[in-house]
Amino acid sequence: MATPLTGYLLVAALIFAIGLAGALTRRNAILVLIGIELMLNAANLNLIAFWRYGPHPELLTGMMFAIFSIAVAAAEAAVGLGLVISIYRHAKTTDLDQMNRMKG
Amino acid sequence: MGHPARKGRLAVEVVFYLISALAVGGALAAVLLKNLVHCALALTLAFLGLALLFLRLDAQFAGFAQILVYVGAVAILVVFAILLTRASELPKEGVFSKTWLVGLAIAAAVFAVLGWVLLQAGPGLSNEAAAPQVTVNQIGQALMRRYVLPLEIVAVLLTAALLGAVIVAMHEKEGTK
Repeated sequence: MATPLTGYLLVAALIFAIGLAGALTRRNAILVLIGIELMLNAANLNLIAFWRYGPHPELLTGMMFAIFSIAVAAAEAAVGLGLVISIYRHAKTTDLDQMNRMKG
Repeated sequence: MGHPARKGRLAVEVVFYLISALAVGGALAAVLLKNLVHCALALTLAFLGLALLFLRLDAQFAGFAQILVYVGAVAILVVFAILLTRASELPKEGVFSKTWLVGLAIAAAVFAVLGWVLLQAGPGLSNEAAAPQVTVNQIGQALMRRYVLPLEIVAVLLTAALLGAVIVAMHEKEGTK
């Protein structure tokens, strides 16, 4: 039987790998953003698991880190999806394989 | 004796496996499904599973923040972006990029390294800890005292991101190009 902390860390590693695979293999820019969000969430799960089973949970360090990370990830998602919409309006595609120029 | 205790432990483990299966299955479906709207729905499921894992780890505040921010806001943003870009129409070339094999190999390698480290470190990790009693009062005190500078920086960041996202996604006016 897997011990609790190892179980949580294993789930986080699995979700991180799935997110990485999604970000690296999909064509659509929105799916790449989804993969990045999954990776950020896996990191948050690690932070909270280590906070829960760490030596000083009353200091709230890990949980505070996770809460700030959630806020930063929300900002990242808003800006990223805004960029995708802007690029779509310009290039009429969200296919990353076709977005190979910096020039408009 | 000790039978009820063992039964309780087993129930805890079963609940953990169910929630983990929800989170991992949702993540897999979000990455693998062809239709992007279905991907967004599966992503919501994965976020919900992660929020439940946070709640199981006695991090109630982070769990509810996760539900509010991810299940509530980010999922809706993703759905809006999918509908605005008409990305739900399937591309002819398939949904995976030309170099998908390399990406899959990199992800598998990362998971192998993480899993190997976990198996190596597993016995040394502390696994029994009393559930920390965290009240919202304590979280508020920590945010206003120890973490007041990060809080202010996050406030500035969110304002900048709000303005930046609106400006980036705003229609370009005729003649400005």
